[in-house]
Amino acid sequence: MTLASRLFGRTARAETHDDEHDPRQHLMLDPKPRGEMNRMVMESMLTTSWKFWVVFGILSVLVAVCFFYAWGYMIAEGLGVAGVNRPAYWGIFLVNTVFWIGISHAGTFISAILRVFKTEYRRPFTRAAELMTTFGLVQAGASIFMHLGRVWLAYWLFPIPNVRQLWPNFHSPLMWDLLAITTYVLGSTMYLFLPLIPDLAMARDRSTGWRKTFFKVLALGFRGTEGEWTHLRTAMNIFAFAIIPVMFSVHTIVSWDFAMAMRPGWSSTVFGPYFVVGALHSGMGAVALVLFIMRGTMKHMTYFIRAEHFQAIGKLMLIISMVWAYFFFNDYLVQWYGGDKWTDLLLHWHESGPMGWMWLSMLILNVAVPWAILWNKAWRSTPWLLAIVGLLINIGMWFERYMIIPVTLSINRMPFTWRLYFPRIEILLTIGTFSMFLLFYMLASRLIPLIPVWEVQEGQMAHTLRKVGRTTVPSVSEME
Amino acid sequence: MSVDLNLMGAKGAIADAAEGKWGMVIDQDLCTGCQACVAACAMENNLPFVGEEDAGYGRTMHWIRIERFWEGEYPEVAMSPYQPMLCQQCGQAPCEPVCPVFATPHSPSEQINLQVYNRCVGTRYCANNCPYQVRSFNWRDYHLDPAHANEVNGERVYPLHNQFNPDVTVRRRGIMEKCTFCIQRIHRTEDVAKSEGREVRDGEMVPACAQACPANAITFGRIDDEDSRVSQLARQSRGVKHLEELNTWPRITYLKEA
Repeated sequence: MTLASRLFGRTARAETHDDEHDPRQHLMLDPKPRGEMNRMVMESMLTTSWKFWVVFGILSVLVAVCFFYAWGYMIAEGLGVAGVNRPAYWGIFLVNTVFWIGISHAGTFISAILRVFKTEYRRPFTRAAELMTTFGLVQAGASIFMHLGRVWLAYWLFPIPNVRQLWPNFHSPLMWDLLAITTYVLGSTMYLFLPLIPDLAMARDRSTGWRKTFFKVLALGFRGTEGEWTHLRTAMNIFAFAIIPVMFSVHTIVSWDFAMAMRPGWSSTVFGPYFVVGALHSGMGAVALVLFIMRGTMKHMTYFIRAEHFQAIGKLMLIISMVWAYFFFNDYLVQWYGGDKWTDLLLHWHESGPMGWMWLSMLILNVAVPWAILWNKAWRSTPWLLAIVGLLINIGMWFERYMIIPVTLSINRMPFTWRLYFPRIEILLTIGTFSMFLLFYMLASRLIPLIPVWEVQEGQMAHTLRKVGRTTVPSVSEME
Repeated sequence: MSVDLNLMGAKGAIADAAEGKWGMVIDQDLCTGCQACVAACAMENNLPFVGEEDAGYGRTMHWIRIERFWEGEYPEVAMSPYQPMLCQQCGQAPCEPVCPVFATPHSPSEQINLQVYNRCVGTRYCANNCPYQVRSFNWRDYHLDPAHANEVNGERVYPLHNQFNPDVTVRRRGIMEKCTFCIQRIHRTEDVAKSEGREVRDGEMVPACAQACPANAITFGRIDDEDSRVSQLARQSRGVKHLEELNTWPRITYLKEA
């Protein structure tokens, strides 16, 4: 108990006396005046320490070398510098694509689904999650184009009218994939922008110099009149509902790239929901990680992002981990029970082949670790612990995609061609995409308010503490 | 007959006409595994030499390969017959619908699977979806490998370029390719027959692999002609088609060891 209280600090003690806990530990019941909160968010955006620039510089160098230089070298030399071969024609590039699309799912899930269901704890971190969607999709798109043999002709994938009347093949799952991802990028970017407008207007009124111009242009002249709010709410409502089916369809269609193919281990009808849940699994882990970093590095963030938020995210992570385990079991059981010779070989190859360590660690990181840690309220309320679990889940989910793509591909119906896949320049390019994602995120944290202030303020106005007899009861009024 | 591939249901239309025109019979009883077909195919179709390192990493670019399998532990090793594996020119090819840019269309007139090099962007989906794993990808600009060049007055000269077949495109990096049933030879044979005002005779059209085979294990011809040699051989009880259960309608019949 002493060790636990030392490790988990106040949280553990607070949770042990759950009945008499201070309502002010909830952000919604701990209001601050509007002016002060606006000032806090502006300060968190404008206060930049030298450490930021050191990390920024390192990441810039990594992006320049591992992303641009390595990719340029690969374009000039051909895909021979990568590790793809026969039969593993698809390698880490598509692993990264699926991984980043997975990361992008958390944004929409947290933001749209929790907003539609009016979940109150979502308020301070919807923007952080939405930014992950947009930047994750940028990396997913880049990874797809890295994968192409002749990337300079990538525009042939788009239905551009041309004199030879050549049209893309709409029978191809890759075509559906491209259209789905394009729709998702456009939809999620607009969905990121709409709730940002009031905050941009707030920032515009509180800045000078080039920032003023920057916010002025982006805020589209928002003044906060009743009519503007009505329009904004209608638009956000439409997008929140519309983006949910898009989110489900995107990862289902990504899974069809594999499920439609005539490959043992891929041709599985459960791949659609299995991929969607996998995406949410890695996405929620990434949200926990990002919130932990934000809280640790940005000013005033301990006020906005609290143990209750980590607690709620941890609960979601646990549920999603269970659903993922169910679908994993379902996928393996059905394929194994079918008894197909090649599938049987493949499943044994997964478990006991040279990549068996990856298969096992996937299960440990995706299932055992979250189940062992997240059941405990005190543990999942601890930011650093949740961040570690989030990181481990992401490693596990990356492993899962690695098992599904290059490891599954190394077995096929022609035993003469069986061969393992060893990544080469893919490792550099993976570092490059991760650095670019972080770089974009850091840049965004300096340019736009990462906390949706108006949403927090709206929530705090709706929540009040009322005295009923001798007890204080929190009450919520419907605002939207 | 012609099929408009842009129409929905075109795949069904192809399947209707998928009885095939050209086909092949490979007698595994006769095959000695000498690899003459592999060499002849490489010469005829301008296949590059990928070098030792890439070849060892599974990047050999052969449109036909001789598969060898052993069973048992040394010294009790039983060897299965040699199995030349090349594009089966499926009537319902899994590689065709998955290409996002129509670089792998079905030829309605020849009834074979085409690969349009100029159109290919290198997604490699077709190769993934090929159950026979007979497609090869140009991982690099192999024909411009400095290892094959001589320095002459500061310029690289490639002596191997002198043996290129002028009838076949040289492929650059990032492009998928596969056996074409020597379509350049098919067209030449058909042109000659047309100019002489006759039909193509059975056995007149010989692809490079069949021409080079010293054991005559490969027979090529019209499978829509019941009297052709290839049709007669294919009707034998020894005839099997590879992975027929996948409903790919392969055009190549293998004659098992008797």
